Amino acid sequence: MSGARDQVGRLLALVPYIQARQEVPVEEAAREFGVKPAQIVKDLNVLWFCGLPGLGMGDLIDVDMDAVQGEGVIRVSNVDYLRRPLRLESSEAAALIVALRALRDSSPTDVRPIVDRTLAKLEVAAGDAASAAAQVEVRTTARDVALGPLRTRLADAVSAGRQVRIDYYVPARDESTARVVDPMRLVTAQGNDYLEAWCHLAEDQRLFRLDRISQADVLDTPVDDHGDVAPRDLAEGIFRPSEHDPYVDLLLEPYARWVAEYYPPESSEELPGGRLRMRLRAGDEAWLVRLLMRLGSEVTVEGPPEISRAVHRAATAALANYM
Amino acid sequence: MTARKSERLLNLLITLLVARTYVAKARIREVIEDYQDANDEAFEKMFERDKEELRSLGIPIEVGHVDRAFEDEPGYRIERSAFELPEIDLEPEEAAVIGLAARVWQHAGLASATSDALVKLKAAGVSVDRAALDMVQPQLTAEEPAFEPFWEATRTRTAVTFGYRRNNEAEVITRHLQPWGVVSYRGRWYVVGHDTDREATRLFRLSRVEGPVTLARRRGTYDVPEGTDLRAVTSTLAPARADRTGVVLVRQGAGFGLRRHSDPVEGDAPEGWDRLAVRYAAAGSLADEILGYGADVVALEPPEVHGEVVARLRALAEVAS
Repeated sequence: MSGARDQVGRLLALVPYIQARQEVPVEEAAREFGVKPAQIVKDLNVLWFCGLPGLGMGDLIDVDMDAVQGEGVIRVSNVDYLRRPLRLESSEAAALIVALRALRDSSPTDVRPIVDRTLAKLEVAAGDAASAAAQVEVRTTARDVALGPLRTRLADAVSAGRQVRIDYYVPARDESTARVVDPMRLVTAQGNDYLEAWCHLAEDQRLFRLDRISQADVLDTPVDDHGDVAPRDLAEGIFRPSEHDPYVDLLLEPYARWVAEYYPPESSEELPGGRLRMRLRAGDEAWLVRLLMRLGSEVTVEGPPEISRAVHRAATAALANYM
Repeated sequence: MTARKSERLLNLLITLLVARTYVAKARIREVIEDYQDANDEAFEKMFERDKEELRSLGIPIEVGHVDRAFEDEPGYRIERSAFELPEIDLEPEEAAVIGLAARVWQHAGLASATSDALVKLKAAGVSVDRAALDMVQPQLTAEEPAFEPFWEATRTRTAVTFGYRRNNEAEVITRHLQPWGVVSYRGRWYVVGHDTDREATRLFRLSRVEGPVTLARRRGTYDVPEGTDLRAVTSTLAPARADRTGVVLVRQGAGFGLRRHSDPVEGDAPEGWDRLAVRYAAAGSLADEILGYGADVVALEPPEVHGEVVARLRALAEVAS
């Protein structure tokens, strides 16, 4: 019977909401409370059976149902005792205060005093409920702040449906390329912010890590229509190999186990001593060789032999620089 | 049915809110129609459930005595000052800030908590026009499934039990923690608290929590030590400062990632190469990075980085052959 609980919760905000504004269109109330207009009408039908104890003449809350049906406007009266909404619960206060602090940390210095004043007023109004916010800390790094303007510019491009020209660094190939993209959305995964977009250079859908975008210019050109291209489901991680990519079998020493966290394996097997055997699909051999060079003796390539040979070639070539 | 129950709950609430003093249970039963119609047992049950439901909305129902002389008769009331959101007078710009803040959380549960808070503030007369401020909108996400139970446990000071897999270890170990707080750093969430098995302060990364997080049945069983500074406890998360400098040769048209934390430096460089001073924190991770570039980057200084790169390249060249 949570329906009644939710309905009462909504009415306890709706009644003061209307009284603070004299009258409110049903449509607006529905939008603000995230329900259908028909639900608001149902709520009002409950309300006019309520009132002061005894519910005698003059005790009932007065809801102008004619105005609701006719003009689609809500007016209530005879309900002075519900002029204020409920206090904030600790979960509500904490969530909002933490969000305000994050906003403060990422805002320019001239806006900070406004956020500080808002925070102070909100903390006073929330009272004890605000204390839970002290137990949540969002550490904003210099990187987060530095990316703020870029994120905002890209968010604007997403909502305006405009193309963006970006300079993007691809670590796997160690190159920086200029490309025009049709931005789709901003998304956070595995601790990094990404722009998901249709890339005109790759002619495919791509994720671009914001801290690897060195330049971004929003163009006047509207984005192309890509029909049924949908945002990727990132629940399985950012790294999503194609099913046509060849396998590589790796034996990870304990200190290289993070590889299996970042690049979800096709299959894996725990071995004694904390070692892990994993099978990975890797389409980009250059990327794989770079990874294996970094890991050195923390990883053994069990197959295919071409990969071992490629690592050997790369190591021998690099070693020649020191001869 | 829902409508009828809503009416009952709301009428009960109004009865308790407008009363000047505690209202006796008998009086409550007189004024609420459903309670009159029920037999004694059904009334008791219904009344208990209704009180719980109102409390779950955050409505403070107090229990006291109707008449001090007759302490056996309990009564109920809702203290207006504990029920109502106090006056909050926001300037348009401040209201806009609230509106922007309500969009910060990308986590479903927290986003709905902020929008519930926003609805209450609007009901208190605040009108939100986000366009009044043009500013950066940060986003807070919490992808980790363990985030919600730890947020809840932290807020209600409830001890938790969970499985945890330490970095680079296969084994999942059951841990017991009194959470003090949750911390977000570089897009990941951590929990700080008192580890009751190890009798020490510990930090856990929520993405390494495996399986369900169990909250103890009783809430508020411990206190967060006075003066606990979450920021200080989690300072170990910050990467070491890149305050050392090495020297490398980087092939022109390559090594872009490395160039981002390097500057040109005086000295000889072969044709087609740049000599760069690179800032780094730990010799091992600089060696990792240089190795990743293969033949496009050459380590020159310091000797420990040069030595490590050469030794690791030799090992790779031997093993692979």
